[in-house]
Amino acid sequence: MAAGTALEAMTMATAEEIAARELETATEEFSRVVESHRPQIFRFLLALTRDADLAETLTQECLLKAHLNWGSFRGESSAMTWLMRIAINLQKDHWRNRRMQFWRRARTNAVDLDEASEWLPSGERSVEQQLLARERVGQVWKAVEGLSERQRTVFLLRYVEEMELSEIARATGLSEGTVKSHLSRAVARVRAELGGRR
Amino acid sequence: MSLRDQFGEEPNRLAERTEMGGDAMAPELHPIDENLSPGTPELGEALKNFRASILAWSEAEYSRPRTAVKTVRQRSWRLAAGWALGCVLVAGGAGGAVYERHHRQELARMAAARAAESERLVAAERARVEEEDLLAKVDSDVSREVPSAMEPLARLMAEDEAK
Repeated sequence: MAAGTALEAMTMATAEEIAARELETATEEFSRVVESHRPQIFRFLLALTRDADLAETLTQECLLKAHLNWGSFRGESSAMTWLMRIAINLQKDHWRNRRMQFWRRARTNAVDLDEASEWLPSGERSVEQQLLARERVGQVWKAVEGLSERQRTVFLLRYVEEMELSEIARATGLSEGTVKSHLSRAVARVRAELGGRR
Repeated sequence: MSLRDQFGEEPNRLAERTEMGGDAMAPELHPIDENLSPGTPELGEALKNFRASILAWSEAEYSRPRTAVKTVRQRSWRLAAGWALGCVLVAGGAGGAVYERHHRQELARMAAARAAESERLVAAERARVEEEDLLAKVDSDVSREVPSAMEPLARLMAEDEAK
């Protein structure tokens, strides 16, 4: 009887140890994911919102949400795709809420297009080339500004985050065909803005 | 790992694919998806620069020190001030409207009272004048210098005075 109780106590202790170890492993794993993907999430949200504070806030919310749901992540897609999907949904919710709070719309911290185009590294270009490149970047920003929300999201995922179409489809919850269609329209718009329409 | 390691030195995946002989911006695209390809070198260059500018901006913003607490406090203070100002404006507007309505009602009541008083005075004056006219008419109709029975005596008195 006493031996049975001792065995039960040992089994419980072992189970607790295993659970604690699993939790520790999961935490370490999540920390690694955060460390490697956080800058990319921030960059995507910054490009989408042009507001550094808002991008930072949404990044934090995205990682918090991911942490809370880390147990349900089954690895069907990559962690990056999963995080991007959370980030896209958070950004959508944010703008939906913001539309309701219409009086706050005027107080956005988003930088204007000219300021966003200022961040081009000079590289080994001449001054003229730099000016031309900056102008072109400004035109791309202008075209991106005129895109619909979905087209903008898909365009940025493709040309800034360089994600595959299948990854974009998983991150946005759209079919690959729809992604291609949005991307095609977005590229056409950018091309037209740059004067490349034939 | 520094941010530069994560951001700045991030390999350009599309560029790598280009070096391997693929299309710069649409490495895995099927020929029917040619609309997804930038097509012109200018567009490809512009998209490359666009990406580079976002990387640089993102890196700069990411490494910028944050003042989250201060910002939150400032925002909450501004929010509270905004609400307070909004409440004051709404209360002021509502109070002003109620006062204005009450004031107009009071003015209308006073004007009505004044009109009624003036009408009453006019009617009284008209009645007084009519009464006076009537009395004057009656007086003129019925009055004589002396009663008829006294006329011979009066005539005598007038003769005596003449003498």
